[in-house]
Order: sequence, then structure tokens, then C-alpha cells
Amino acid sequence: MKILVAIKQVPDTATQVKISGDPKAIETSGITWIISPYDEFAVEEALRIKEKRGQGDVVAVSLGPDRVKEALRSALAMGADRAVHVNDPALAGADTLLTARALAAVVKQESPALVICGRQAIDDDMGAVGAQLAELLGWPCASWIMEETVDADAKTVRVGRQVEGGLEVFDLPLPAVLSAQKGLNEPRYPTLKGIMGAKKKEIKDVKAADLALGDAAPQLTVTTLEALPPRPPGRIIQGEVKDAVKELVRALREDAKVI
Amino acid sequence: MEKFRGVDYYGMEELLAEDERMIRDAVRDWVEAQFVPLVAEHHRAGTFPVGLIPKLGELGVFGASLKGYGCAGLSNVAYGLIMQELERGDSGLRSCASVQSGLVMYPIHAYGSEAQKERWLPVLQRGEAVGCFGLTEPDHGSDPGAMKTRARRTADGYVLNGTKLWITNGSIADVAVVWAKEDDGEIYGYLVERGTPGFGTLDIHGKFSMRASITSELSFQDCRIPAENKLPNVKGLRGPLGCLNQARYGIAWGAVGAAMACYDWALQYAQQRVQFGRPIAGFQLVQQKLVWMVTEITKAQLLVLQLGRLKDSGRLRPQQVSLAKRNNVQMALDGARLARDILGAAGIVDEHPIIRHMLNLETVNTYEGTHDIHTLIVGRDITGLDAFGAAQG
Repeated sequence: MKILVAIKQVPDTATQVKISGDPKAIETSGITWIISPYDEFAVEEALRIKEKRGQGDVVAVSLGPDRVKEALRSALAMGADRAVHVNDPALAGADTLLTARALAAVVKQESPALVICGRQAIDDDMGAVGAQLAELLGWPCASWIMEETVDADAKTVRVGRQVEGGLEVFDLPLPAVLSAQKGLNEPRYPTLKGIMGAKKKEIKDVKAADLALGDAAPQLTVTTLEALPPRPPGRIIQGEVKDAVKELVRALREDAKVI
Repeated sequence: MEKFRGVDYYGMEELLAEDERMIRDAVRDWVEAQFVPLVAEHHRAGTFPVGLIPKLGELGVFGASLKGYGCAGLSNVAYGLIMQELERGDSGLRSCASVQSGLVMYPIHAYGSEAQKERWLPVLQRGEAVGCFGLTEPDHGSDPGAMKTRARRTADGYVLNGTKLWITNGSIADVAVVWAKEDDGEIYGYLVERGTPGFGTLDIHGKFSMRASITSELSFQDCRIPAENKLPNVKGLRGPLGCLNQARYGIAWGAVGAAMACYDWALQYAQQRVQFGRPIAGFQLVQQKLVWMVTEITKAQLLVLQLGRLKDSGRLRPQQVSLAKRNNVQMALDGARLARDILGAAGIVDEHPIIRHMLNLETVNTYEGTHDIHTLIVGRDITGLDAFGAAQG
């Protein structure tokens, strides 16, 4: 059974994000890049499916510049068998739909039985690619899954989604697209031998032309990024408690207009 | 405090290969998630989280630079980065890995028979077995050549008698690499298995340093071992010194990790701690301490990186390891003391990692060749004159 895992490389969660001189982008110098954590759950789950079945092929795929190879290499170090890197400057400003179109083209070339991705990337939090990919492929899709079981014949997958107060269970025919929620699993650490082994695994470079994408213009473009306005300083009300309380109530009512 | 952010003032990231960075990051993440939450408690109790040993094995740190027998076959730079990250957690954690890799697996790999290698290396690599190294004795530390432990040849093996002291992982070891003199006055290595009659261990208590590490005494009283447990391919002090050279190499890297931990913590603390209406990081005397630390850490990082490249290209001389061990551990100890200063009273409690690193480094400064002994090794190397022992001229 072939499983394709779509991953995105994002800034480390501890990054202090700054807007760059071009207000449409963030300052990327000095950023440590990681696999988006929800996508790590996806990689882990794909590896577990393969291990449980005793055979299979896990292919990691990602879109982005050269540095994305490190994220793919991390997935290979965890145990993925090979990787596909959609690396083309023409796709630099890709929105979610263009990303999904590129992934759909890769999926058609690879024809996996299952695609797993994270429920959203932790940088832009759009959370759209998984569903868009399924739509483009005409495949069923279950998002935010907490558990899954692929049947013995690899014909269907049963998934559990977390809903308020319980679990919602679905059966989906394969091929299908799943997106991983936190709690699906605990991703493994790449072992040192895994890291060394990853150097020998294939990362296939793919250009937009190889995917026959045609019009590669994004429909969604970033106009500007704005930092949050600095928080106004707090105010300490001095004086006797009796008067201070009166002033506090007045300030909450008249200045802050919250009561 | 934010989680450890690393220290790289000179952009040394670009001097590392991609797999070296990945290995460092994998170990850094592991230490942060698996070890850091436990260490203060173990330090208080004076215990080592032995349950982590198989997990370290699974990660692949034991014998990581050795080839075959399940080992990862990493470069020496990658191995050094592992030691750095482990000691960023605690010197006791790095010591556990150093002993297992440099002092137990290395001699079996370098000096052992094929049967010894097959028997021990895979299980030691996986952390399913633990090893310890017995060289130092109660009366013979810096001068191991004067050891008293004896191995007497019998018809079918050897009888060991003697005591070894300050042995990391002694009481939990499944196998001890013990160095002893035979009747010909030469030193040889022997593998002594746990449970062998006449082989006893006792833990050392009352330590103010390396508390999250097991330190033991090994005693041998008419302890009989079979002939095949002798390491066949080494004779003389060259054997244990060859092992120490591996371990000292790891210490030179490890000390940088401890220094990075103290610096990163003290910097964050100084930026947050407000006195006289401003963060204390804004005061000249505090800046001086922080600048000293980042300068010395940067120098030490470059030192070990080149040391590792020399080792990887087979050009390393042991005296160069001595220089790095001596410099980096003293630097880390001095830096830890400055960091403790910056934290004021907070610097003495185990809510912050600094006093623990500082006390650990007191041990690191004198084990595996004291600071002074390494001074004499480098001194002899550059002058051609031997300052060891008054009797020599």
C-alpha cells in the first residue's frame, strides 16, 4: 500500500516572527525551519500503517524552495521511503489552491491509496489544502482525524474525528485524503541511524512543467502583513480604596465601555 | 524561561553538514522532551533515570561513531555534537553516554576478540546492557601506571584482586572493563560480568556534584574470570589511555553544551529580571559577564569543531584533545560561576539549571585527566620536557 504524506516546512514554534522590509513577507533570516507539527503526525501515522501491514511505501511530498529539502530529509529520517520536492520559483507565491493543484498532480503520478496531511500548517493556519486536494482528485476526505484503521484489503479506512464530547466515526473508501489532528499519535524521534540512512534515500525534484499545471498564478495574493498594534500601557488607579473603586467603575463604563 | 535556543554567535551552523545539524537537533529535541523534565528531581534524589538508557540506545547515541554491530557509524563531529547536547541536559547524562561509548564499547571494539564484540556491542548499543570502566583506584588517580589491582594467571583464566573507585555506572553495569596488572608488570584489560563471584559494587554517597549520575566503587576479591574475557589486542597503559582519549574528546564537546545551557539561561534571566527600574542585562557588569561567556563559548565551539575535523581525517594527536578538554571544561566552569552570579540568590536553587551544571563541572574539571594533568601533557608536548613526577629529570 502506497501512502503519500504532504508536509509543509514552517518556522519553528519558538520563532519571534518579524515582518520584513517587504510587508508581504516575514523576515526569514535566522529562522529555524521545521516540519509543521500536524504534518509530523501525518508522517508518523503513515509509518505506523506501513509497519502494521508489514509492507508499503511512504512518500513524503512538499512544495517550496531548496531549504524544504531539510524537512523532507527529516521525514526520510523518521522512516519515509522516498520524497518528492516540488521546487520551482514559478510556484513561490502559491496559494492553497495552487498548492493543492500541484499536490494533486503529484498524486496522479504516484497514485497512492491514501494521502495524509496535517489539519493545517502552523504558519498561515489556512487549513485548506487537504480538502482542496481531495476535491481536485474527487476523493473522499476526513479532516482532523484522531484515529484510523485501514482494512486488511486496503479498500476502506475507518476514521475517528474528535467532536464535542465524543468521537465521530466514518468509513471512507480508498483512495482518500485524511488530515491529522493532535492526539492521533506521538511522532517518533528520528534515530541517528535513520538520519544517516536518509542521506541515501531519493528526493525527486519536480518542476511546475513536469506537473502540467498550466496557469500557475495564485488566485489569492498577500496584500500586506500587519503586526499587532503594541498594547497600550495599563493604568494604575491610586488613592483611597473607596474612591479608587468609584474611579475604576467610571473608567470601565466611560473609557473602556465594557460595562 | 523559553526552552533552550542554542548559542551560535559566529554562524557556525554553516560549518556543519546537513546530517550533522539534523543529528544535533534530534538529540537536542530528545533531551528537551525526555530528560529536562526529570533532571531536577533526580538531582535532588541523587539518582540517574536508568529507564532512559534503552531509549538512548534506541535513539542511537551509544557507540554512535563506531562501525558495525548495530552502531550508527557517525563522524566524530556528529558524535561530538551529541555529547554537547547531552551535557546541555546534564553532565551525568553525557557521562553515562561517554562511559558506555568511549570507555566500554570503544575498547571492546578496538581491542576485543570477535566473540567479545558479538556478545557485547549490539546489546550495549541498544542500551539493553550497561557497561562501566575500572581504571582509577583509591590510591592511584592521575598515576594509573602505579595501580595495585592484580590479575593472576591460573590454569583456565585469571583471578582479580583490587579496588576501583569513582566508577560511573558501576553498580548498574552488566559488564565492567577492568584494567589490572599481571605478573609481568604489564597492564591488560578484562571484561568482568555482573554477578561474577568476588565482584562487588558499592555506590558513593554524599556527592555535591554529579548527583544525577551513579558513581561507584568496584571491588575484586579472588574474582575468577575465564581466559576468554581478557581483551586480547592491547597491552600496557596505551589501552586505557586510548579509551580516555575517546572520552576526553567527548568531554571537550560536552563542556560546551553545559556552558551553552548556563549562558542561554542567564541571558534570558538577565533580560527579564528588573532591578533599579530596568532589566539587569542593561547593566555594564552583567553585560561583561554575558559577553565573556558568549566569547569563550564561541572560541570553544571553534576549537572542538576543528578538533573533530582533525579526528575525522585521522590527523588528531592526543595532546590536542588535552588542550581542548582543559580549555573547554575550565571555560564552562568559570562561565557557570558567572551565570550563577547573574541569577543572584535564584542561582542557588534547582528551579534553575545553573547551580547543577556548576557543581557538575567541578567533577568534569578533574575527571578523565585533571585540568592540571592536561596542562602537563600539553606542556610536555610543546617544550619536549616532561614535568610528570619529581623523579624524572
